[in-house]
Amino acid sequence: MKHTVDIPVQDVVPHERTVLRAMGVPRDREPGEQVARVLEEARDELRSLARPRGIYAEVSPRDFARIYRGDGDNERPNPLESIFPRADHLALFAVTLGAGVSDRIPDLFGEGRLALGATLDAAASESVELAAERLQRVVAGKARPKGGGAHASGRGAPDARTLRYSPGYCGWNVTGQRALFSTLGPEEVGIRLLPSCLMEPLKSISGVMVTGPVEIHEFENDFPFCSECRTKECRARIQSLRHEAPGIRMPTEGNPNGAA
Amino acid sequence: MELLEQIAKELESGDDKAVGSLTRSALEQKTEASIILNEGLIAGMQVVGDRFRDHEIFLPDVLLAARAMNAGLALLEPLLAESDTPARGKVVIGTVKGDLHDIGKNLVGIMLNGAGFEVIDLGKDVAPREFVETARETGARVIGMSALLTTTMPSMKEVVSLLKSEGLNGTVRTIVGGAPVTEEYARDIGADAYGFDAANAVERVRELTN
Ligand code: B12
Ligand code: SF4
Repeated sequence: MKHTVDIPVQDVVPHERTVLRAMGVPRDREPGEQVARVLEEARDELRSLARPRGIYAEVSPRDFARIYRGDGDNERPNPLESIFPRADHLALFAVTLGAGVSDRIPDLFGEGRLALGATLDAAASESVELAAERLQRVVAGKARPKGGGAHASGRGAPDARTLRYSPGYCGWNVTGQRALFSTLGPEEVGIRLLPSCLMEPLKSISGVMVTGPVEIHEFENDFPFCSECRTKECRARIQSLRHEAPGIRMPTEGNPNGAA
Repeated sequence: MELLEQIAKELESGDDKAVGSLTRSALEQKTEASIILNEGLIAGMQVVGDRFRDHEIFLPDVLLAARAMNAGLALLEPLLAESDTPARGKVVIGTVKGDLHDIGKNLVGIMLNGAGFEVIDLGKDVAPREFVETARETGARVIGMSALLTTTMPSMKEVVSLLKSEGLNGTVRTIVGGAPVTEEYARDIGADAYGFDAANAVERVRELTN
């Protein structure tokens, strides 16, 4: 069954530091007066324009195997193909900030407000990640019912962790979004997939939320495609699983310390 | 401090109002528009570009400086158009067919503009033929293409092939960039250059036009 979720905008306004980091400013660099003003303006724009919404639907491992195969363009081997068959719970998802923010960014550039445009772009990219984290917590709650016990079906052990994986990352071809969209129907929350596999609005994310024991999410990053990867993001994600409580998040306006 | 030097300094600190009023003063003192452009605005932007490349300043500072540059440019442009002053060359840029992501391309355009190139920005979702036709019509020396997704990158190859089939590959050079694009991909499709960020794009376009 499909579920749509409206996410409160104040939960997805990223902290100033996070936005600056996304723009390549080092952690220890204090913003000057002008930059601080632009940052605040960008976060105000985000607050007034973002309409974060998500959609998710549980899928069986068998159905997911078909969706994951997609057009047959995935790199082989890849991490997710050995993760998802061991999962307790799989849910397709898509999340967006809505058209307002994505449309505003090019308008700002057109008006010559370059710093504000770029800062809003970075803030919105971080914001949609936060929206995906929010949705992930909702899905994790379903997959791992409160009280820590296993699900009636026997799945969702108390030490289970939920992580998300997206087409276009780590060997899952970006064209995998076609099968994902035709099953999930993110159009319901206003997301359209273009023939080029680009989602509109731009500030949108699609993928699968995988819930299962910590170990299933762990892997070595020695796949051929890893040599071209600039972020090596899997390392931090895997590390956070061992060291932090499930659902740990980045600092936001409503949650400056970033604790879950 | 000399007026032109002052323009450059205010531009570096991102003060658009000061750059606007100093540019006006320089014009009132009958300084030639091309001199204000080269020795004030572009000189200031050159320092900004170098400091950005050396990680002394960061993107928000560069964009504030670029806005300040535009404040000066807006006053100079009508005069520059009249005097037909040659710019460093024209560069056609755009995000390729099927791709709507343009922030990276915008940043490249801003930096190229700051370095004195005349940038013709075709926007996003640009068809291969439009890149080629625009370069031909405007006499541009370089086409810069941006892509966000691996699915839209093949359109870059089409532009390179089209230039070849139209016999323009010697006169119009190509440079590609964007998050999933690599130096190797550029080589594979026969593009003349690859730029990994906006500062690097300026260096590579300079090499292509020298
Ligand atoms: C932020 C980000 C997002 C944000 C915002 C995206 C947006 N378009 O607004 C969000 C979270 C929404 C997102 C979503 C997705 N993303 Co994303 N994202 C990124 C990330 C981390 C940074 C992109 C960015 O905005 N950078 C800032 C801008 C300013 O940089 P830029 O565009 O790269 O431009 C610079 C240079 O590339 C260069 N440049 C750019 N153009 C040109 C042109 C020329 C001529 C030259 C010389 C240089 C040049 O100079 C620019 C300035 O420095 C990249 C990875 C990375 N580190 O680059 C992945 C990345 C672009 N995303 C990727 C993917 C797959 C996706 C999704 C499909 C994932 C999913 N299934 O949900 C979606 C697609 C979204 C959509 N609408 O369709 C892939 C794309 C590769 C691929 N497989 O096709 C990347 C490369 C990550 C990866 N796997 O390595 N993403
Ligand atoms: S190194 Fe990069 S590409 Fe490889 S698995 Fe990790 S995040 Fe994915």
